[in-house]
Amino acid sequence: MTEPQVPRFAGWRAIFRGHALPTAGLVGMGLFLALALLAPAIAPQNPYDQMQLNIMDGLLPPMTQTMDGRIAYLGTDSLGRDILSAVLYGLRISLLVAVVAVAAGITAGVLLGLVSALRGGWIDALVMRAVDLTVSFPGVLLAIMLLAIFGTGVDKVIVALAIGIWAQTARVVRAVALTEMQRDYIAAARLGGISEWRIMLHFLLPNSITPVLVLLPMAISGAIVAEATLSFLGVGVPITQPSLGLLIANGNEYLLSGKWWISMIPGLVLVAMVLCVNVVADRMRDHANPFLRAKD
Amino acid sequence: MASFIIRRIGQSAVLLFIMSLLVFVGMYMVSDPVAVLAGDDFTAADREALARSLGLDRPLPLQYLAFLGNVLTGDFGQSYVYNRPVLDLIFERLPATLEMVCLAMVLGVAIGIPLGIWSGLNRRHPATRAVSFATTVGYSIPNFWQALLLILVFSVWLRWLPASGRGDTVPLLGAGWSFLTIDGLRHMLLPAANLAVAIVCMQTRLTRSGTEEVMFQDYMMFARSKGIPRWRLVNRHLLRNILIPIVTITGLELGALIAFSTVTETVFSWPGIGKLLLDSIYRSDRPVVVAYMILITVMFVAINLVVDILYALLDPRIRYS
Repeated sequence: MTEPQVPRFAGWRAIFRGHALPTAGLVGMGLFLALALLAPAIAPQNPYDQMQLNIMDGLLPPMTQTMDGRIAYLGTDSLGRDILSAVLYGLRISLLVAVVAVAAGITAGVLLGLVSALRGGWIDALVMRAVDLTVSFPGVLLAIMLLAIFGTGVDKVIVALAIGIWAQTARVVRAVALTEMQRDYIAAARLGGISEWRIMLHFLLPNSITPVLVLLPMAISGAIVAEATLSFLGVGVPITQPSLGLLIANGNEYLLSGKWWISMIPGLVLVAMVLCVNVVADRMRDHANPFLRAKD
Repeated sequence: MASFIIRRIGQSAVLLFIMSLLVFVGMYMVSDPVAVLAGDDFTAADREALARSLGLDRPLPLQYLAFLGNVLTGDFGQSYVYNRPVLDLIFERLPATLEMVCLAMVLGVAIGIPLGIWSGLNRRHPATRAVSFATTVGYSIPNFWQALLLILVFSVWLRWLPASGRGDTVPLLGAGWSFLTIDGLRHMLLPAANLAVAIVCMQTRLTRSGTEEVMFQDYMMFARSKGIPRWRLVNRHLLRNILIPIVTITGLELGALIAFSTVTETVFSWPGIGKLLLDSIYRSDRPVVVAYMILITVMFVAINLVVDILYALLDPRIRYS
């Protein structure tokens, strides 16, 4: 008798071979990650260093020469800050917030989901009610309300986003873990006198994690967009650590006077990055869906 | 069934109570309304008097009880900024949000469903791939940046539509409405289009996958082999079968749209409740923020409650123990 199986996480090649767009998305994701990590090395100037800014270079359109003879490939903002440099550093903040928030949210969600499934009883009831409470609000609104309470700051944005993420994960992990618990290997482990913690982390976790990995890219792109939205609205990261969203907001007031590059360029970078992550996410979700795989 | 409904309503009540507690304690820990309201020339005694007049000198549990009592009688207090009852402020701005959200939903459904059906019926057509890619792009462009693009293209470059404000309004049922005037509609078009993009993408995908699934069913094969014309096939057999999940999601999405309108309203300076929320956060106008959170919680808890009960009533397979 064959039991219905949770699909195991297949190798990258099996997922992406023969799919040009998702492969391009994967390459793009790597590229953005590299740009963010290498920002201090490759940016023409340090946008946070006031000494490097020259107000005479303010509001230059892309591809014009600055006072000291460099070419501002993507133009400058009102303070003479090089947009290319600002975008590279902004990319760092955006990715940092999104990745840390997703990592924290997913870790909390996986642990709570597993504990919930393993323990049951009032712990399960409590966790699941908290999940219901969290998922009944749209993510961005929940984050706005939390930030209205916490105040702004990089750490607070991370916490607010993580609170939106953990609940979905906990619900999925609990559901998978509950079916896994019916399997013989868990009973065998219990009979063997293996501790609950060990069963949870060494037996249940590896077998319940696949759906979370499938949802991971979607969670990251969601967190990137949510952070950008919050920062754009002025309830996210502080002005001293501008993410892409805040750069867009700063350029917003110049948009109506036709100086489009200040907000459009960080926006294009943001959209390109999210698009890359989303085509990868779509592919991974389709790959995990047996109905669609049969039609391919 | 009756016991399920009663228990579900009880759960919702507990949920609301916990949320009101979280909101109140959260807001209490953060902002100090005395610091916001006090002028520069206030002495320590003036500040104390101000705190006492706002009831902030009492212990926290007493403040909460007073707050809860007021909320239950529909009194959310006075706005610190506008010096008017909070509920009046919110109900004054609610029509602006509602009419924009409704227009967005109409646009989204009117474009999304036909597009989805067409894509589902023509799976191999190149245009279907284009539509599918376009919905991915539409999903990937953050809502607020779409708004900026719309302003840049239609207000700055083409100068067709205004970028902010509400335009002329017509009083009806004690509130001002923009959808009854040409000028008001012109102002509403961009923000509504902004909200509609996400709806179009979602409806297209949903309708398309529904259509694909239904077209594979045996009864569709049978209907086709009877020689039923294609339009009738779509109208009678396809639409009826895919519409149920679409109606459900559309209903749920209406609540989410009201929440998402915070972003759109802020970009387009549309004077609805979403903009009111953000303005109040900037100005530490605590009563307005608290009232908004409580009302939005009530709305979402009510939506979830109704959906759960409807599901239980409509689908006999769902058994709640």
